[in-house]
Amino acid sequence: MKKHLIFPLLLCVFCLILASCQSTDVNNQSQNDSDAVDLYLENKGSDTMVNLALYWAERYQEIHNNVRISVTGGGSGTGISSLISNTVDIANASRAIKDNEIELAEENGVTPVEFIVARDAIGVIVNPENPINNLTLEQISAIYSGEINNWKELGGDDRPIVRLSRETNSGTHVYFLEAVIRLGDSDDKTIFSADTLLLPSSEGIISEVRDNPNAIGYDGLGYITDDVKVVGVSNLGDKIFVLPTIETVNTNQYPIARDLYMYTNGEPEGLILNYLDWIFSEEGQDIVRDLGFVPVVKE
Amino acid sequence: MSKKLKSSEVIITRGIQLSGFSSILFVLMILFFLLYEGIPALFTVPLDDLFSSRWYPIEEYYGIIPLLLGSLVVTLGASMVAVPFGILTAVYISEIAPAWLKEILKPLVELLAGFPSVVLGFLGILVVSPFLRDVLHLPTGLTALTGSLLLGGIAIPTIVSISEDALNNVPETYRQGSLALGLTRWQTIWGVTVPAARSGILTAIMLGLGRTIGETMTVMMVTGNAPILPNSLKVLFMPIRTMTATIASEMGEVATGSPHYHVLFFIAMVLFLFTLAVNIIASKISFSRMKRSERILS
Repeated sequence: MKKHLIFPLLLCVFCLILASCQSTDVNNQSQNDSDAVDLYLENKGSDTMVNLALYWAERYQEIHNNVRISVTGGGSGTGISSLISNTVDIANASRAIKDNEIELAEENGVTPVEFIVARDAIGVIVNPENPINNLTLEQISAIYSGEINNWKELGGDDRPIVRLSRETNSGTHVYFLEAVIRLGDSDDKTIFSADTLLLPSSEGIISEVRDNPNAIGYDGLGYITDDVKVVGVSNLGDKIFVLPTIETVNTNQYPIARDLYMYTNGEPEGLILNYLDWIFSEEGQDIVRDLGFVPVVKE
Repeated sequence: MSKKLKSSEVIITRGIQLSGFSSILFVLMILFFLLYEGIPALFTVPLDDLFSSRWYPIEEYYGIIPLLLGSLVVTLGASMVAVPFGILTAVYISEIAPAWLKEILKPLVELLAGFPSVVLGFLGILVVSPFLRDVLHLPTGLTALTGSLLLGGIAIPTIVSISEDALNNVPETYRQGSLALGLTRWQTIWGVTVPAARSGILTAIMLGLGRTIGETMTVMMVTGNAPILPNSLKVLFMPIRTMTATIASEMGEVATGSPHYHVLFFIAMVLFLFTLAVNIIASKISFSRMKRSERILS
């Protein structure tokens, strides 16, 4: 009886092993075939952009199946230093290249050429029941650092403020900390108030703001749905409140937005030029919009 | 023929032996790995910082006290929900419910044990948290209480199913003897059956708690994850951050070998010691039960 059970089992296992061997063989074969006409592109840098870069690369490879694009993160600094040492074709960065980095690059015979490939805007959101429509950048900073704890202090209802944020591992969290809470001052050591709720997902933030009239949150423009209220934000020192839209972000009127860059060594040509042109095409910029960033128009 | 059977038997025994040893090996390897990665935290981060009250790792605030207390608050809250409910359900299923109902209830409770915790978390965000906020007039529904209620739901199946087994193991003669002495059914349950199954029920509670303290997904979704230092009973109605949620949300992005990385492993070590302690207590209790039953038999 036992013997009868074991042999079919062994047979099954063998079949499985054989089957898996065969399928990998087939894969290797097809890969080898296409290897012959491969064009390689190294793309490295910003973690904020790594998803975007991956989507671009995947889509582009679908259209041009003789191209292989390898995308790695590591941070904007890593990307730019790889460009300086000329080990990548395209560096991604969520900040502009610094003057000393350009000098370093030129010493190495590399001329960085900058492309703004997308923009990242962050909307500040409250519950639709909340009468507050506009906040200055300074007020948002005071809310998140724990100085303002009641909507009354901002001319709203007498309700406690519940602060919502993404987790600390999110690039948006760090950008918000630097650009909003510290108002761009790099010497400022203010951090989020300890009772800020750190939610693991955009969905968590949106649903809490939607249901809770006490809540304030922020999120990338693409994640914000219609059932929360986006507040107008003014630039530092003035009182002109601007809502985040593709237009206000592209004309620099909306303050909580940053450019996302790609850098190449010298004016791009050949495959790199083709890839960048495709990124600026409607299809490439549709991916930007789908991933919650703000599309840009070349020149 | 018989020889072949033997050789296959040898393979099977070896296989079973190997898997038995491998589980010990795995636990030891995990423990070693945790110690190897966690102990350096004690040297890279000053002890005062490690046991301070502010957790904000990207600016090098590594105070783990709020996380530790956060985990404890949620676990205690969960036990306040799960222990009474769990034991009462077990008593009902084992002692009171008619046989046909028992046959429906027990599989249902066990089904609850297999409920994915992420689904429970979604229920928490969409139903429990808004409900608690409205009813208790809280600033937000994402609080330790919400986490406790849901974790209670996770611990209940464990507690029910093990307590029910313990109650079933109480010899029938106990109940008959008690009833024969003129005690009511109620007195029999609370005076004889439950005390006789006491150690099994305690084991059930400890194992249930072991499950809650290690639970991650649900607490990450519903407790708000704000590292507030608990300082009064009010903390149950405020957001908190647990050790598990911290590890889960931060481990993915941390640079290998950085102080933050070692501190996260240190937290994992503390968590491991917690569950280890709970499990040791649970097994101590069930061992003493064995001795007692042996005494009864002799």
